[in-house]
This record gives sequence, C-alpha cells and structure tokens, in this order.
Amino acid sequence: MTAERSRSLRRGFTSFIVLAAFYELVAHSGFVKPALMPPLGTIAQTLGGMLADGSMFGHAAATLARVLIGFGLAVAVGLPLGVLMARLRPVEHFVLPLASALMPIPSLAWVPVFILWFGLGDTVTVLIVFYAALFPMLLNTWSGVRAVNPIWLRAAGAMGADERRLFWKVIIPGASPFIIAGLRQSFLRSWIAVIGAEMLAASNWGLGWVIFDAQQFLNADVMMASILVIGLIGFAAERLVFGSIERATIYRWGMARMAKG
Amino acid sequence: MAQVAELSEIAAQPAGETGPVWRALRNIFPFIVTGGAWETAAHLGLFPAKFFPPLETVAATFMRLTISGVLPHHVLDTLLRLIAGFALAAIIGVGIGVAMGRSRRVEDYLLPLISVAAPIPGLAYTPLFLLWFGPGNVPSILLVAFVSTFPIIYNAWTGVKAVKDIWVRAAHAMGADDRRLFRHVILPGALPYVLTGLRLGLAQAWRILVAVEMLAAVPWGLGWMIFGAQEFLNTDVMLSGIAVIALIGVGLEKLVFQPLENFTVVRWGMVTS
Repeated sequence: MTAERSRSLRRGFTSFIVLAAFYELVAHSGFVKPALMPPLGTIAQTLGGMLADGSMFGHAAATLARVLIGFGLAVAVGLPLGVLMARLRPVEHFVLPLASALMPIPSLAWVPVFILWFGLGDTVTVLIVFYAALFPMLLNTWSGVRAVNPIWLRAAGAMGADERRLFWKVIIPGASPFIIAGLRQSFLRSWIAVIGAEMLAASNWGLGWVIFDAQQFLNADVMMASILVIGLIGFAAERLVFGSIERATIYRWGMARMAKG
Repeated sequence: MAQVAELSEIAAQPAGETGPVWRALRNIFPFIVTGGAWETAAHLGLFPAKFFPPLETVAATFMRLTISGVLPHHVLDTLLRLIAGFALAAIIGVGIGVAMGRSRRVEDYLLPLISVAAPIPGLAYTPLFLLWFGPGNVPSILLVAFVSTFPIIYNAWTGVKAVKDIWVRAAHAMGADDRRLFRHVILPGALPYVLTGLRLGLAQAWRILVAVEMLAAVPWGLGWMIFGAQEFLNTDVMLSGIAVIALIGVGLEKLVFQPLENFTVVRWGMVTS
C-alpha cells in the first residue's frame, strides 16, 4: 500500500517536472516571443516582486472582499428564502418560476446592464457575485428542506416538539448536507463570476482586473502570477474550508457525492 | 453538484390537487406581478427610459432585431462556438477520463495536474489566450473547450472506476475480449456519470462563453451584442439578448440532455427519470 502510494506520488511529481521542463524548453527555444511566454524564473520573480511590494495582497484582498460581500448577501437571501419556499406553498409557487427563468442566464451576461444601471465599480461586481451565488444556494436549501424525511418530522411532533424546536433540531440538521453543498457550489460560482466581472467592470484593484490590465502591456508574467494566486485561493477555499466541512458531514450522515464539477 | 435541483425536477413538481390550467396560471402569475412592477416603474419615469425601457419597447426591439436577421446571426455564431468548443472538450475529456479510469499509470500521471488546473476559473485565462492567439474565434473556442473539459474528465474517470468489478470479471469469465468488454460493459456502466459530466461541462461552457465573447471582441455573438449595446446605451437590445440567452440555456437542458438521458441510461434502467 505504501509502496503503491509512493509510486503514485513519484509519478505525479514526474508529470509536473516534465510539464515545467517542456514549458521552459518552448519558452527558451525562441519560437515564441519571451513577452508572450516568459520563462518560469521570470514568473516567479514577478510574483515575488508583487508579493514583496504588497500589490498582490491588495488585489487579492479587493477580490476576496467583493466575493465575500456578494456571497454573504446571497446566503443571507437564499438560505431563508429557500427554507420558506420549502415550508410554505405560496412562496414556492411564486419564487420557483422566477428562479427557473433567471437561473439559466449566466451571471456575467448582466454585466453590461448593471454597468449602465449602477456605473463602473464595486456595486456591479458585488451584484454579479450575488446573482451567481444566489441560485445554487436557494435551490439547494429548498431541495434540502424538502428532502427531510417526513417520518422524522412526525416523530418529533409526536414527541411534543414545537415549531421552533422542530425547525432547529430536525429540519436544519436534516437539510444541512444540501445546504453545505449549496454553500460550496455558490462559492465556486462566485469565484468565477468575480474574476469575469472585474475584467469587464474595470476598477483598479482586483485579481481579475490585474490580469486584464496586463494584456494591454503584454505582461504575460503578471498574468500568470495572478492566475497562480487565483488558483491557490480557489484551491484553499475548496479543499480547506468547504472540503473539511463537507467531509465532516459526509462522515456524519454517511452521504457521498456522486459527481464533481 | 449532483444535489442541485435540475430544471426537470422543478417542472415535474407534483401540482397537488389541481389541473394543468391552474398550474399554468400559477406559473405565469409571478411573471405578471414582476412584469407589472417593471411596467409601472418604467412608465412612472422613476428611471430614464434609456436605462429602464418598458417591456413593450424590449419586445419591439426583439422583433425588429429578429426580422432584420441581426439577432439570428448573433445566436448562430454563439451556438457554433459553443458546439465547436464543447465537441472538442467532449472528445478530449471522455478520452482522458476513460484512460485514467482504466489505467493506474495514466491516473497517477495526470490526476495531480488536473487537480491543480481544475479549480482555476477558466475566465482567468482569457487575457492570456487572447495574447497568445489574438482576438477572435480561436481563443474563444479553445477557452470554452478548456473550461468544460474538467468536469467531463472527472466524471468519466469516476464513472469508469464505479463500474462494478464483478461485471468486469463476469464478462471476462464469459470470454469477452478487451474491446467487447469496453464496448458492452465499461461504456454502458460509466455512461450515467459521463452524461452527468457532459451536462456539467456544457453548463460551464455556456456560462463562460458569453463573457468570453465580451472580452474577445468577436464580430458576432450574443455576448458581443450585449456588450456592444452598452456604448450606445441600448438597454432594450441588451435585455433582448439576455432573454435569448435564457431561452438557449433552458433549451440546452430540455431539448439536448433530457432526451439523450431518456434515450440511453433511463431506457437501460440505470437511473430512474
């Protein structure tokens, strides 16, 4: 088992080395301009420089702030509304058709409209993140609360639980695998949306803006350094934050995910 | 992502105690209320009409653009890009995913690379691709393909690994060679996952294509139409474009994937519809 594992690690390591070597080879071969395909050393230097002068932290902080505000708003609206939809028929009948009509529209399609309405800047980015994150949150909460086993509800009712305790002790824990899946998915969507929104609604700070801005000056090294940081933050959120929350719930409720996306 | 309510589930909601007419009315009612609110706000002049056109203006613009053939041209170009990028992703993604599921060696070599590359939002690469390939169709199609490949790889890989060992051994014992094993056991066994992956991949492709069109300065395409309309403050053109985008999004799901699923995995009894 351990031998097999170390072989897997060695092979994984090898493919990174091979890929990096191949990239270096092409970058130094002179087939492509160094401005378009900077060697790895240059990218590392640029990244180091941007970290040292703090500009990279500024961009990352701006992007994270936009994501967290938009995502927070989406959770604050989507979670209660999803619960209400599942518990109250009229709310479901009203919200569901609207949600199914708005959901298939990619959030970034709204960018030009929002720019016209709210002007360039943070309002647009935050609203786009909100739009992207809202629907996964809403629909997962809704289906999670609906998926709570009715026998649990009846059992709790028979044992004398009032509405409030029923809600906090049965419905919310019962729906939480779905809710957590919704949080995770909403965050991933937000993370994609914020990059696109920052590119389109220029705002001087933000990882998406840096990449877009670097295009004008042919700074491929800045682009790649920023892409790296975007990947690292996304990876950290996915694996460390949501991964650990989700693993805890999967172990506790014995549920497994079927598909990854 | 498997837990998301699919549109089909939403549509297949039990209507309760009432008939189809009541259900249709009930589904239209929220749109009448929101539409009414929109109309009121537009006609009261709370916002300049240029930014907040009444719905009849949007409908008129929609008709005008459709009849003049401008809108269909945009739609056609967007769909062609989507199909080209997605087809590329489907071929590469299913190929890599199946290879990873079948061979431990391929899995060991490729999985770390894919796990590192997959969480990076594909849109982040847009300026880089534009720099490398110049503006236009090539970077748009490549980006769409790149983005939708990852869910396809993941699901094809999971699907092949999820094929029950006992089916493979049974087929072997009955004398199936590798080709027939693949064709008659592994492929059908993995298909529910592969279809999930294709569906997720197409959804992702669709979500970023509109944004890529805005950034890549392609001459035709819905994203470009919406983005270009911004300069002339044509909110009605933008909203018509967004309406078409919503229709295509629903259509992809309803007309492409549901029939495909019904025709394959549901018919084979692998999942219930």
